[in-house]
This record gives sequence, C-alpha cells and structure tokens, in this order.
Amino acid sequence: MSNLMTRWTGRIAAFAALLFALQPSARADWELNMPRGVTGISGEVYDLHMLIFGVCVLIAVVVFGLMIISIFKHRKSLGAEPARFSHSTKVEIVWTVIPIIILVAMAIPAADTLVRMEDTRNSDISVKVTGYQWKWHYEYIDEGISFFSNLDAESNRARQVDSGIDPFTVDNYLLNVDKPLVVPVGAKVRLLLTSNDVIHSWWVPAFGGKKDAIPGFVNEFWFQADEPGTYRGQCAELCGRDHGFMPVVVEVLPTTEFDRWLADNRPADAAPETRMAAAEPAPSSSGLVSEAAAATPEPPAWSMERAMDRGENLYASACAACHQPGGQGLAAAGFPALDGSPVATGPVDQHIDIAVNGVPGTAMAGFGPQLSDEELAAIVTYQRNAWGNDTGDLVTPEDIAAAR
Amino acid sequence: MTTATHTEHHAPEPTGLRRWLTTTNHKDIGSLYLMFSLLMFFVGGAMAMVIRAELFQPGLQLVDPGFFNQMTTMHALIMIFGAVMPAFVGLANWMVPLMIGAPDMALPRLNNWSFWILPFAFTLLLSTLFMPGGAPAGGWTMYPPLVLQTGDAFPFLIFSVHLMGLSSIMGAINIIVTIMNMRAPGMTLLKMPLFVWTWLITAYLLILVMPVLAGAVTMLLTDKYFGTAFFTAAGGGDPVMFQHIFWFFGHPEVYIMILPAFGIISEIIPTFARKPLFGYNAMVYATASIAFLSFIVWAHHMFTVGMPLAGQLFFMFATMLIAVPTGVKVFNWVATMWRGAMTFETPMLFALAFVFLFTIGGFSGLMLAIVPADMQYHDSYFVVAHFHYVLVPGAVFAIMAGVYYWLPKWTGHMYDEKMGKLHFWLSAISVNLTFFPMHFVGLAGMPRRIPDYATQFADFNAVASVGAFIFGFSQLLFAYNIWRCARGGAKATSQVWEGAHGLEWTVPSPAPHHTFDTPPVVK
Repeated sequence: MSNLMTRWTGRIAAFAALLFALQPSARADWELNMPRGVTGISGEVYDLHMLIFGVCVLIAVVVFGLMIISIFKHRKSLGAEPARFSHSTKVEIVWTVIPIIILVAMAIPAADTLVRMEDTRNSDISVKVTGYQWKWHYEYIDEGISFFSNLDAESNRARQVDSGIDPFTVDNYLLNVDKPLVVPVGAKVRLLLTSNDVIHSWWVPAFGGKKDAIPGFVNEFWFQADEPGTYRGQCAELCGRDHGFMPVVVEVLPTTEFDRWLADNRPADAAPETRMAAAEPAPSSSGLVSEAAAATPEPPAWSMERAMDRGENLYASACAACHQPGGQGLAAAGFPALDGSPVATGPVDQHIDIAVNGVPGTAMAGFGPQLSDEELAAIVTYQRNAWGNDTGDLVTPEDIAAAR
Repeated sequence: MTTATHTEHHAPEPTGLRRWLTTTNHKDIGSLYLMFSLLMFFVGGAMAMVIRAELFQPGLQLVDPGFFNQMTTMHALIMIFGAVMPAFVGLANWMVPLMIGAPDMALPRLNNWSFWILPFAFTLLLSTLFMPGGAPAGGWTMYPPLVLQTGDAFPFLIFSVHLMGLSSIMGAINIIVTIMNMRAPGMTLLKMPLFVWTWLITAYLLILVMPVLAGAVTMLLTDKYFGTAFFTAAGGGDPVMFQHIFWFFGHPEVYIMILPAFGIISEIIPTFARKPLFGYNAMVYATASIAFLSFIVWAHHMFTVGMPLAGQLFFMFATMLIAVPTGVKVFNWVATMWRGAMTFETPMLFALAFVFLFTIGGFSGLMLAIVPADMQYHDSYFVVAHFHYVLVPGAVFAIMAGVYYWLPKWTGHMYDEKMGKLHFWLSAISVNLTFFPMHFVGLAGMPRRIPDYATQFADFNAVASVGAFIFGFSQLLFAYNIWRCARGGAKATSQVWEGAHGLEWTVPSPAPHHTFDTPPVVK
C-alpha cells in the first residue's frame, strides 16, 4: 500500500512541479481573479467573493480529502473488506446542521452589502444610459449633454472577419470607444438604464457589477469611483449580432477637470430648459463621427460632395455592421443588400421612411431618434449613390425633417 | 424469482426498419433514445467545436458573429433537449422496468410516440440552419425582444420546442404510471433503487414545468405574428415577465438534467465500493427537497434585471438553501465509499469524477447565489464554467458512467475496459482543461456569448479551446467502444459486476426482449 501511495505522491509532486515551472513564463495576462475594483461596493463585492471562495475551498479540502483517502485506502486490491454500515443518524444530522450554520454566516454579510448596493439615494449626478444595437447613448440629465458611444474605429476595423489586423496591435482591442462616459471622481453617479431595442447590460467590473438595460423599464445603478482613471467593460446581455462589440468605457476625472469637460461639452447656445427640449427629439451630436461635436460654425451649403463624404463615415459606423461595408448585405443573417437593392434604387420616400422609422419585427431599427436630419440625409444620399447605385439623388436635411 | 424469457404469447414482430418504427418494447425504445441522444451529442458537439475554434484566438477568423450566435444557441438547445434529456429518458426506458420487475412500460404505444416525435422536432430545428437568416441566434433562453428579431427560423424554433415538450411530458407520464403501478410485489416505494426514485421525482418536475415553457414560447409566437404584446414594452407588455416564466421552467429543468444523474451515481458507487448506499432514506428526502426548492429559486438567474431588494434577498436565501440537500448527497456518496472495497472499472471512474467535478460546479453555484458577487459573475464566463461543470462532468459523465455500467446488460458483452479507461482519462483531463480556465476569464471580466474578446483573455481561451478539441475527439472512442461492444466481445454474466445488486442483474445478459412476464417477488 505504501508503495502505491509513494508512486502516486510522486506523480502528484511531478505534476505540481510542472505547474510551478510554468509560472515564471506566465504573463500578466493570465489573470486569475476578480479585480478589486475602484469603488467601495466593488471592494465589498470582492471581499464577499473571496470569503465564499475560501469557504468553498475549506469544504472542498475536507470532502475531497476524505474521498481521496478513501480512494487510496479502501480499495479491494489492498485487501480491504467492505464494512456493512449504511446509515448513522448522528452523522447525518451533523452534516445537515453545519452547512446551515455556514450558510447563515454567509448570508448576513451578503445581505448587508446588497442593501447598500441597492441604495441609489443622494446621488451627485445622474446619467441616463440607453442601450442600442450596438452602442450606448449617454445623457447627462441636468446638463443637456448627450452623445452616443461606439466601438472605436481601430477595433472596429480589426474585428472584421479576416481583417488581417492583429488584435494584439490594437490598444484596448474591443474595450475602447469613440466617446467615453465621463464622470467626476468621488461623486455618487446614478445611472438610469433603459433600452431602445433589446435587452442590454451595462457592466464595468471595476465598479463591482452590472445592470440590465431593458426596453420599457428604467433600472438604477450607482457607483462612486475613488480613483481617477479609465475603466472598461462590455455589454453583458446577448443583444444580437454585435453583442461582443459594444464596450463600456468610463473616464473618471478629477473634479476640476470634469467641470472643464462639462463646460466644453455643454451646448453653448441654450438655457437649461430649452437645452433639454432641444436634446430630446434628436440627440444630434451623435458622436458617430468624431468631428460631429455639436456647434460647427456656419456649415457650408449642402452638396452632393459633402453628403457623400459625411455619408461614407456615418455609413461605416451606423449601417455597415449589418449591411456590410460594400453594401452587399449578409444574406445568411437576413440582412439585405443595399447595393442594387429595390429600396436604395427605388422611390426615395420609401428609402427615407425605412431609414427614419425602421422595419418593425426585424433588426432594422428606426434611426430617426438616433441621428440628426443632416446625418440621415447624408447616409441616405450615400446609400443611393455608392457602389453600383447611381440614382444621382441628393437627399436634403429638409427631406428628412418632412418625413419625421 | 423467475426470469421468464418465453415469447410464445407475443405476436411475431416485424423486422428491419419497421421493427424500430413500430416497436413498443421498452428496451428497443430505450436503445432508440440512447442512439438518438448520442447522435445529437455529436451534432451539438460539432457546434461547440465551431465555437471553440473561433474563440481559440482574438479576432474573427472563421465565422461571422451572427453565425457564432446561431452556434451558441443551437449548441445549447441540442445538448439540453437532444442529448442530455433523451439520454436520461433512454436509460429510464431500459432500466426502470428492469429495476422494478415490470414486464414493460405501462403505456407502450405512448412510449413509441414520445420517442418518434423527437426526430421530427430536431429536423425542424436543424433545418433552420439552411434558411435565409439562419438558425435562431437569440440564445437558448429565447429572451424577447431579441428573439423576436429571428427571421424565418422563428416558428420552427417555437414548434420544435413544443414537440420536445410534448415528447418529454408523454415520457414523464409513462414513467410515473409505470413506477406507481407496475412494481413487483413487495417492492415498496422505499425499497426502490435510487435511480427509480430520482426519475420518479424528475418526471413530476417535467410534467409541472414543460407546459410552462410551452406557454411562454406560444406567447412569443403570438407576439411576433398575431399582434399581441405580452412581452413587448411598446404595447404595454413586459420583457422581464418572459424571464420569470422561462426560469420558472428553466430552474427545475436544471434539476431534470441532474437528478437522474444523482440516481445513476447512487447505483454505481455502492456496486464498486461493495457496500450498501449510505443514508438511502436521506438520499430520497434530499432529492425531494431539491425538487421542491427548484420551484422557488428561479429568479436567481435574473438578479441583474432590477428586482426589488426583498425579492433579491428571498431568492438568495432560497438558493443558498439548495446547498444543504445537495451537500447531503455528496456526503452520502463519500460515506458509501468510506471503508468499502473499491475497484475502479470505467463506470466507477466516471462516477468518482462526477462526485469531484459536480461538487466543483456546486461550489461555483453557491458562489453565484451570493447576490452582490453575482452582480459581477452574472453573464460572464464564470457562469459558463459553472453550468458546464454541472452539465458535462456532471450530467454527461453520469450518463457515460451509466452506459458503461449497463452496456454489458444490454449487449451481453463486456466493453473494452482499456479503451474505456483511456476514454475516461482523456475526457476527465480535457474537460477540466476546457472549463476550468473559464472561471478565470469570467472573473477577469469576459462576458459570455461573445465571438471575439479583448486580448487579455487570449491565453486561457487558447487553453480552453485545446481542451475542447481533445474532449470532442475523445468521444469518438466512446462511440467506437459502444459499437464494438454491441457487435461482440467477452460474454457478460447475469450479474456483470461483482458487487451489483438489484433485479436488473437477475435477468440474463443480454437482457431478453421480454423480461419479468411473471413478476419477481421482492422480500
């Protein structure tokens, strides 16, 4: 028996040595555990996680230990004679009661943290977060600032099938956006989460959790980041084709810098009330393209050249995920081609209607609430004149406004 | 006790394909279920291979993200409804009558029908892969509004789920009627083998929850095609309501896939430890408690939807409670082994791996019950690791253990023990290589159901993919071993295993087409 034991101990030791030998080569990327995060709640969550994990490990050592002893000692090949016992009320009561005690001991701190997590009162700043397929929209409730936050262009290029771009060369691949949510350090930030289409879930691990964004509901989530920095996460609820490509990035700024950011991004023209009203129907400074940062002084006249130019950029960020960069669509997924399609080469009114209002019951969202008149005019013009389409139609922002 | 094998008063039976189409024999139908399940295991497994191939490294190399979502959705539906559940029903068909000394199932024609619905259900479901718009891609959980964006595949999805539900309900009714009415004289409820007990309880769960699923998907159908708005917020409906209804089905469904596994393990460990099962009564009560609790914990699948605090607390406490009866089961298995005289044939190896690895899945389940921590774990790869631990080295290993355990009884031959052990070790090592690293990437922040990921998750994903390929290809050994065993090999005795006890080991191997025409008497 001891012979067998030594043989097995030898094997286990060899395996452990192998594991250990691999350690030095391990890069920082072999991340094993939950991050502690940068909020009070995320720290509590981390502690709870480690506590319950520790409890599990302890139980595992006892149970697996007994099992392993039994496997090595109580084997027929060692001449073991089976005992005949088949129950013991005493033992059974013990191993029912002990787990109950452990569970109660776990439940108390868990409930305690949960109560604090759910307390969204007394927030310093509120941001309405709306999930879209596949981007986030942020609206600073009292500031009149609102914008979309998309996957950044570099990740977006690299993530196309067979893009030929090595993801390791892209900074923060899939975890970067064109326009992050910006909040001040130390402030209690309350998020009001909802969705425009399907269910999404807003998750930044460093803030200790996630919350679903559900159409027709407004959910609340709060965090209070203790350290300035950039914190990254992703949509956590399957939301369709590009679910893996709608990151969440939050930039936590020192208070003074945040105030400057607010001042820079506040629409300059309006008083608070009218700002709100203006922001409501069309959160125009969409952030879809970087230069779309609100007040461009004295825009040049609407022209084919200008529309096609803007349209190409906007198409890449708003349409290409489904209809594909070349307008060929994706038949296998049910996304129709635009190149040569009856819609993009047919009556212009119908085309505008679909772009503004969407097609109910399909993945085609209405882009009316997401884009400004000018942006939509650019996109529709582009679609009607790009690739093999050459209708020559120039759609104007006024056409879009009339169709709304 | 007699093992009557005469066939004079049975009508001559058709041969060839007609035999299988028209059979009402519980052994034939059991075999059909098991073969169908094995086929689906490979179909669903092939989809898992596509998933792991794409996830081998960051960037999209092989498939479009939309197709990736179709693969995850179909993989789950096929593995749950096509592989695991039919495998358990197949084992029940074969073994329940043999274990309780009944000549057949109580409702043999219903039995035939409940099997033959399945090929149609899965033909409907698999045909969607070839449709414009492709297969369903909204996840097996079919959450609206996303699932309502499904194209032509949508009604096929709904109707195939209806058919699977019909099949399950009929199978469950049959099992209950058989167990309640056809036990051999002297076999009281508390003398039934544990596999029969767990199946009896599972069958009740099936009857209680499959209609709920049918109702939920029917509401999806009318939402999409008939203008209702059960789950559409714009029409006054509630998307979260679907999740409540779905998980009211879904959580008991989880136990439908594990309780029969508990039963199998509770048969195998005493046999190879040569010692009676420890705490039989406690095992029965624990099974019943788990079944009861399964109905009051559903919302732990949806802690992030924004439930009231009181709701979250209730579902957290109720969920944690499940650890108690589950713990009792694990302790009882260990106590059964303790001071036994164990041997380690393939069924026992799979059973032991089940106890170790299912327990790991149980631990992560307990962690997931802690709501504040779940806010991090939820919808991350930690969850993927958790449910694969309870389903693959849990349910699937138990099925494999059961197949190796009873294969000599079915075929009359011993399987190739060496190949069985090789299959076991390859599976046991690779399953951990596949699913253990998923805990790490999940904790580090990788969401589930994504076709591509940030580069810091690359290393463990590569490891998981390698493990998955080893696991996938190892299963060919399993299929080959079964095939060889069916065709020949060393003759099996009636008892097959030295320590085996129970009525099924009193009939010859292979079990004759008709057994227990005269009921045995149990002391």
